[in-house]
Amino acid sequence: MSEFIRIENVSFDYSPEEIEDPHDDVIKNISLTIEKGSFVTVIGHNGSGKSTFAKLLNGILVPTSGKIFVDGMDTSDENLIFDIRRRVGMVFQNPDNQIVATTVEEDVAFAPENLGVEPSEIRKRVDEALESVNMTEYKEHSPSQLSGGQKQRVAIAGIIAMQPECIIFDESTAMLDPKGRREVLDAIDRLKENGMTVVLITHYMNEAANADRVIVMNDGKIEMDGTPREVFSNVEKLRSIELDVPQITDLCHRLKKAGINIPEGILTEDEAIDAIKKLARRGKSI
Amino acid sequence: MLKDITLGQYFSGNSILHKLDPRAKIILVLLYVVMIFIADNLFSLMALLLTALILVAVSGISYKIVLKSLKPIMILIVFTTIINLFFTTSDDAPLVHWGIIKIYRVGIINAVFMIIRIVSLIIGTSVLLTYTTSPISLTDGIERLLKPLKKIRVPVHEFAMMMTIALRFIPTLLEETDKIISAQKARGAGFDSKGLINKAKAFLPILIPLFISAFRRADELATAMECRCYRGDEGRTRMKVLKYSAKDIIAFFAGILFLAGVILLNTINTSLSI
Repeated sequence: MSEFIRIENVSFDYSPEEIEDPHDDVIKNISLTIEKGSFVTVIGHNGSGKSTFAKLLNGILVPTSGKIFVDGMDTSDENLIFDIRRRVGMVFQNPDNQIVATTVEEDVAFAPENLGVEPSEIRKRVDEALESVNMTEYKEHSPSQLSGGQKQRVAIAGIIAMQPECIIFDESTAMLDPKGRREVLDAIDRLKENGMTVVLITHYMNEAANADRVIVMNDGKIEMDGTPREVFSNVEKLRSIELDVPQITDLCHRLKKAGINIPEGILTEDEAIDAIKKLARRGKSI
Repeated sequence: MLKDITLGQYFSGNSILHKLDPRAKIILVLLYVVMIFIADNLFSLMALLLTALILVAVSGISYKIVLKSLKPIMILIVFTTIINLFFTTSDDAPLVHWGIIKIYRVGIINAVFMIIRIVSLIIGTSVLLTYTTSPISLTDGIERLLKPLKKIRVPVHEFAMMMTIALRFIPTLLEETDKIISAQKARGAGFDSKGLINKAKAFLPILIPLFISAFRRADELATAMECRCYRGDEGRTRMKVLKYSAKDIIAFFAGILFLAGVILLNTINTSLSI
């Protein structure tokens, strides 16, 4: 996999003109790279700087120090800003506040219209984008007639129509009911299958468990960075920064603490069942 | 409780009026308004009223709805009728003379003409424009008609964008208002107080949260629009391009012919003119 976003010693402060105090920074000297086609989740409790981090990735915010490169383009270069935003799309938390137009298809067409795409090509992109989130039948609807999950899928279609290479989801499932969350997560799964780079910012731990990589943020710094298994094996450390682990991981952790020999970092129910079955078999054979 | 408010007055349908280009309809409405004020005898005014009624039939909108739309302007009609009846003076002998009230022939004619004018104005403009054009295509039409004004730095695109966003957010904000009202009621706020000042005071706990949330929404929407590469109308294209079709051209000609007809009817000498 090749590198897509490179972050070099980035710090960010919302009011940089005030007296220089690095402790006030929302983002504190972060360096990392995000690979093309990878599925990265960022977790952290409220105020850990994860939303600010997201906004830095497509140039909505510009680092106060350090550099961010998207596909080799510097986000602080104003001439490149629209090229960067076209490549890195972003879906926000509140579906109501990101839909611009009065009908679904007009809204999906908004980004390609801004980019100056030919009308016939826009039509094609809109139809494809709506198809990919299963919203084709609603294309003439007004956004106010849709459920939260449907609105959020329209917002995703609006980004897909830009044909980006990476989509950032900034707590995009936080305001949805379980059904709406499921719909949005399915849409994200399909994007992943088609090779999209996905950065998912969330505080639902089970959403993080499916990722290639989990980045844990705390107080503007990266606390942990690894595969879900590596990160969630560290139950105590996650607890210390007020984060939870997926329920099943927690259960296995407690079993282990109680003296049962079960591996750390179990992420799914199926894994847990397998591990327990194995234990039971061993128990019998002794 | 606020959800029942219908947005605009658009009735979707498939009539020829629905299918006309919004720009054509806006121009025709302007033409129609001009004709109403040019017409100054009974024949031309009746022709205009008849046209409005025929257009209603063409649009497929029921006459009941159209009649309903006249209700709010009933006061205006009654008021102008009274003014015209009682306050028009002329040198002829009054038809009715009762105390200080004098009604002249010209007064009656004026009153009747004014009623026809107002009624055809309302019916004609609503059936040609607001009933048969969706708010979004209306905005689109206005934006494109006013485009030449951009040369003298009128922010036409920005104006249209604001209209679109306002239309988009009206239902959202109504829903929010409903929620705030329920929330404040749950906290014991009463909204049935007497007197204008008390009523206004009672609405403060609704307006303040609503404003704060509207500003927060505006901020988030602006960020979301930036993320989707919005930069005004610089290099912007549209998915749906408005195109005049044969229908629109025919409608234009019909409008101009009609204008000629009205001017011609005006020349007919009747005793019923002013």
